[in-house]
Amino acid sequence: MLFAPFISKPDNVSQIMLRVMLALIPGIALYVWYFGPAILISLTLASVTALATEAAMLKLRDRPVAPFVKDNTALLTAWLLALSIPSLAPWWLVVVGTAFAISVSKHLYGGLGNNPFNPAMIGYAVLIISFPVQMTHWLTPHGLGQVELTFLDQLNFIFSGALPPGVTLDAITMATPLDTLKTQLHLDRPMQDIMGMPIYGRLAGQGSEMVAWGFMLGGAYLLATRIISWHIPVFYLGSIFATAGIFHLIDPAHYATPLFHWFSGAAMIGAFFILTDPVTGPTTPRGKMIFAAGAGFLTYIIRVFGGFPDGMAFATLLMNICVPLIDAYTQPKVFGRKEKKA
Amino acid sequence: MRTLHRFHGGVHPPTNKTQSNGKAIAQVVLPSKLVVPLHQHVGNSAKPSVKVGDHVLKGQIIGAPEGRLSSAVHAPTSGTVAAIDMQVVAHPSGLSDLCITIIPDGKDEWTERKTHDWREMQHAELRHILREAGVVGLGGAVFPSDMKLYSHQHKITTLVLNGAECEPWITCDDRLMRERAADILQGAEIMRGLLYADEVLIGIEDNKPEAIAAMRAAVAAGKHERMEVIAVPTVYPGGGAKQLIRVLTGIEVPHGVRSTDMGVQCFNVGTAYGAWRAVAHGEPLLSRIVTVTGNVGEPQNFEVPFGMPVDELVAQAGLQPGTTGHIMGGPMMGFRLPSAQVGVIKATNCIIAMSDALFPPAPPALPCIRCTRCAEACPADLQPQELYWFSKAKNFGKTQEYHLFDCIECGACSYVCPSHIPLVQYFLFSKSEIHARENEKQAADRARERFEYREYRIEREKQEKAERLAAKERAVKEQTAKQIPPVEAPAQANPENTLQLKIQEAIDHAKEQAAAVKPKNVENLTPEQQAEIAEIEARRERIRELAQSHVEQPKE
Ligand code: SF4
Ligand code: SF4
Repeated sequence: MLFAPFISKPDNVSQIMLRVMLALIPGIALYVWYFGPAILISLTLASVTALATEAAMLKLRDRPVAPFVKDNTALLTAWLLALSIPSLAPWWLVVVGTAFAISVSKHLYGGLGNNPFNPAMIGYAVLIISFPVQMTHWLTPHGLGQVELTFLDQLNFIFSGALPPGVTLDAITMATPLDTLKTQLHLDRPMQDIMGMPIYGRLAGQGSEMVAWGFMLGGAYLLATRIISWHIPVFYLGSIFATAGIFHLIDPAHYATPLFHWFSGAAMIGAFFILTDPVTGPTTPRGKMIFAAGAGFLTYIIRVFGGFPDGMAFATLLMNICVPLIDAYTQPKVFGRKEKKA
Repeated sequence: MRTLHRFHGGVHPPTNKTQSNGKAIAQVVLPSKLVVPLHQHVGNSAKPSVKVGDHVLKGQIIGAPEGRLSSAVHAPTSGTVAAIDMQVVAHPSGLSDLCITIIPDGKDEWTERKTHDWREMQHAELRHILREAGVVGLGGAVFPSDMKLYSHQHKITTLVLNGAECEPWITCDDRLMRERAADILQGAEIMRGLLYADEVLIGIEDNKPEAIAAMRAAVAAGKHERMEVIAVPTVYPGGGAKQLIRVLTGIEVPHGVRSTDMGVQCFNVGTAYGAWRAVAHGEPLLSRIVTVTGNVGEPQNFEVPFGMPVDELVAQAGLQPGTTGHIMGGPMMGFRLPSAQVGVIKATNCIIAMSDALFPPAPPALPCIRCTRCAEACPADLQPQELYWFSKAKNFGKTQEYHLFDCIECGACSYVCPSHIPLVQYFLFSKSEIHARENEKQAADRARERFEYREYRIEREKQEKAERLAAKERAVKEQTAKQIPPVEAPAQANPENTLQLKIQEAIDHAKEQAAAVKPKNVENLTPEQQAEIAEIEARRERIRELAQSHVEQPKE
């Protein structure tokens, strides 16, 4: 090295991303346990697509390929996207979503560090807007469906769309807990009855609530290793809790409990893994709080009053837009300038 | 128990202190020569007060302080002045500076040393002794100490002695405190006296328990009152003056404000030691403790005379093969020496022999991922990622808005950055660029003022001339009006013609004068000189011709 400091922390982007991926493993393991191994197929597909797209884009942009492909950021994007879409989604859905996320929302904005929007969430948004039907192929958790597909059957379905003879798509997929709640409320069923349906577990959906616990565990690891700071998870979950809590208190018959919203859908993975993306989030501690609180509020509002099955992705993207503004107005006072000016 | 305060950020790089802190301070074997730079302190360079060939004694002044902010430089041993010339000095720029080279005679013979009882002395006199003894801050800032030991308008309540030594690898203050605690405290008493300070707080990082114990024992043994040795948490850069003041007193000294304005003055422990030796023993500052560590066989601390070439010093600690360079200072804020032959100076606290194993090259920098680890590490509460962004975009106005000049260049941000971005380098670049632009702007302002003044002057002269001419014309008119106009020569009566004549006359006169003045240096030439000039002229002519033909040649 030529200049001070001559030493640096044995820490690099690639390791950090790898550890974030490691933290996703408990959630993924529980996913496989409750919903079968199909998710592993989409994770693999997304990973391969991400690496290929990343390499191709770097080549096109005339950038060094090796150091960037090795930074693991594309892989992480791929995993987060794969985990946000139904695991039985056809293979091309995963490929299109991932390729779009990496090429357009990352590289066309200038590559690593320059993208204003979370690439995985852009991928998700593109898919849910363009292919809403395929985006409903959510597997029924273990033990609830009439039929259970073997790994080979799942593989076959993802790549060819063919189901074993006599099995219909309806027999193996179902609406998400959030969606079911919305439809049932429209049918004027009382909350208590709805929550008694077999797809619901103790807090939220059967199986999916366990996956949420898995992501929370991984999140705890990220907090413990200081890869993420507490601001975003605490304020995001806190904001969902508060918003959901107010509605629930006002009208418990029509609004689910705050804990239901915590453990349904993408709230946990969002709190610990998606909103915490440093590139697209604010940099100041106060900014992080505002950003996360806003995202929590929007998540709830979109879920309950909006037209999409989950609100996390759009809440993230909407708050991404506000980041420069938030950063600009939350600059901390520098050393020795803490006193208020007289 | 005193409550300590925290400062934001900080990092915990591996300390690497055990390699060199186990052995007692060793005296070096005198080198073959000493290259003593005359500019070792903040302020004006000292003025050489010896000539080549002079024999000097140890402690004799060889460079006298020049102006108020300056400090003396002394012969570190007895010997002969071999040269006074420009040599490469221990500075990151690699530039040369005026140095006095002394060849030691091996006798190490002292000049006369006067001892003083500081309690009996006037403050002005004491300060004069410190200045003449070349006492400057030994913590790295090398500010002349006498200048910092005033307490006139601001009442200083607290004297902070800095024994934190937070940079990795460096152990010179640690050893000094372990071995010479009593002298350091005596020096602190002098400083306290000069500042009229009440209390003395000595901050030492808690990874130096022996030094803390030794200093505490010395406080008790010397019956020093209102003097306290405080163990501060080990965190880089806890030894920065502002950080240490914050930890010990809770006071945050803002950028651009002196700590004295807030009632605190801070000195390095080595400086206190130097002050005591200077006053009580009449020994000027001519050596210091230097840690020699890194890729050497026996890392340890030496008492090194100033001017000792670094390679000879490192050799005494057993240089190992594979050394790729030398860092002066610590790995966080030090710099690579431009050459291993430079002399040790007052700011040299540590020499680290580098090797690829100890200091592997940094991996290539990746883009910033806005992870804000740098901001979390920054002791000045800055947002290095923003400063980096603006520096890279050369948006210097914004860097200033984000308080670039509060950056203390501690390197904590670069250290933690997972993208391995050399952040400090960017900040140094921006700072220098801003300074350069300010200088340029000042120069431009001055030039513009000069230009405007010139325009104004020309304008004024024109006006004055016009007025003068008008006055003359009026005079001529009046005269011609008085005379009876001769009928046969109306043209001559034309006032315009009269004016033209007058002007022509003046021009002719000026021409005559110009012709009368010959270039002075060609008068009274000898024939040889004239021949020489002719020859030169001929040569010039030939060159002009050649240049002409060259220019005319078509380009290939
Ligand atoms: S530590 Fe490096 S990558 Fe992280 S925000 Fe700071 S400059 Fe960017
Ligand atoms: S070098 Fe400057 S910006 Fe970086 S941590 Fe130190 S004070 Fe902060």
